[in-house]
Amino acid sequence: MKEFGRYLIFMYSLVVRRETFITYYRLVLEECILVGVNSIFLFALVSTFIGAVTTVQTAFNLVAPYIPSYIISNVVREMTILELAPTIMAIIYAGKVGSSMSGNLGTMRITEQIDALEVMGINSTSYLVLPKIIASLLMYPLLVVLAGACALAGGYFVGTLTGIITPTDYIYGIRYAFNEYTVTFALIKSFVFAFLISSISCFKGYYTKGGALEVGISSTAAVTTSVIAVLIADYLLAQLLLK
Amino acid sequence: MIEIQNISKSFGDKQVLRNISGVFEKGKTNLIIGASGTGKSVLLKCIVGLIQPDTGTVFYDGRNFTDAGKDMKAEIRREIGMLFQGGALFDSKNVEQNVMFPLNVLTKMSPTDKIERVNFCLKRVGLENVNDKMPSEISGGMKKRVGIARAIVNNPNYLFCDEPNSGLDPQTAIVIDDLIKEITEEYEITTVVVSHDMNSVMGIGERILFLFQGEKIWEGTNKEIMTSGVKEFDNFVFSNKVMQNLKARE
Repeated sequence: MKEFGRYLIFMYSLVVRRETFITYYRLVLEECILVGVNSIFLFALVSTFIGAVTTVQTAFNLVAPYIPSYIISNVVREMTILELAPTIMAIIYAGKVGSSMSGNLGTMRITEQIDALEVMGINSTSYLVLPKIIASLLMYPLLVVLAGACALAGGYFVGTLTGIITPTDYIYGIRYAFNEYTVTFALIKSFVFAFLISSISCFKGYYTKGGALEVGISSTAAVTTSVIAVLIADYLLAQLLLK
Repeated sequence: MIEIQNISKSFGDKQVLRNISGVFEKGKTNLIIGASGTGKSVLLKCIVGLIQPDTGTVFYDGRNFTDAGKDMKAEIRREIGMLFQGGALFDSKNVEQNVMFPLNVLTKMSPTDKIERVNFCLKRVGLENVNDKMPSEISGGMKKRVGIARAIVNNPNYLFCDEPNSGLDPQTAIVIDDLIKEITEEYEITTVVVSHDMNSVMGIGERILFLFQGEKIWEGTNKEIMTSGVKEFDNFVFSNKVMQNLKARE
């Protein structure tokens, strides 16, 4: 509870004594490149393979002749939009971006760079952390959309090239009984996960004490805590929004 | 002038500072000295507000800094320049961007004026043509110089240096010490240096505050060191061979 209280105080400190808009604009753009653009390749690669594997495994399980083959792509679509794109990618995002944020802030802390900012009269949390959170909120939903598209494309290529499903059936299955709300739900999840991962990782990194060893410990703690928070939030959001 | 009154600080059960009072004069190089672990750096951090003291008050030219609101604190901090032990340069920025940083966030100077000011400060600390170097590409002594340039770029009224010559060779250490003294006199600023190096004490220490186990034991000038008459202080000062020789000669 004490840790949670510190986290809330930390979040409050982000919005007091802010810098100018132009300062944040530049910082957010830099962070968008770091957390978003630099993650595109990894997200595209992982999600393409997840889509491909989901197609193969769904086909493997649907052996009954009375089940139409378009159900394969229908299942891939539902799994991708509802869970794989926002949640599994969140775990990868925590591993790649969350650990980097925590390590970056932890190193700044132990080398007194954060103290240097404070001595200059700059609110270090607002200056360092707020742009990272805003950049995550902007970029992670886009990465989720990309991951969803790549997963469906991966499933399409593997399904059609291996003869599991015809292109027409795959497209039909993707469009069959489509509920637009699932996309809205995935985007809501992506915003929540982006906030949780970035804020928790920054919190863990910002309060690092000690030396290089502790920076590593903070990064590990950032990833594990973020992933746990994402999984809990995933369940709560599903309970709240899928009724 | 900076005045501290009855500063105390504990971490858990351990009391690190006990009722420390003192005055750091304007235009002089004021030193806080003592053995490792006596609370010098904690006292410095209490003075600049990085650590909140349990009791006591810090006054910057009569302005109560300890009890000031966030805006007032930010205003006073903008008059502070600080050189950290490791330089604390921002890893992601090159030398020029590091020195320019306070100007970017604290002033509305034009880009041309900023570049001019940065180059002036770098030249003042004896560094030229290193603007594009990253902190990882320069030596420890150069990092300290860049740190000093960054500390003075916004014309501070108060300069704080935490162990400015730690990890440096004796020759570079003297250069850094001399630079701090020159800048203090040139800009008439209040400088507070934390050190345990007797060469610094004898070289630049115009006013000296000696800490022993979290308490102020002695205060005076470097000329009064030989005749302090305080046992703990003499033990600290004359553990140094050079100081022993000086004492023997006297």
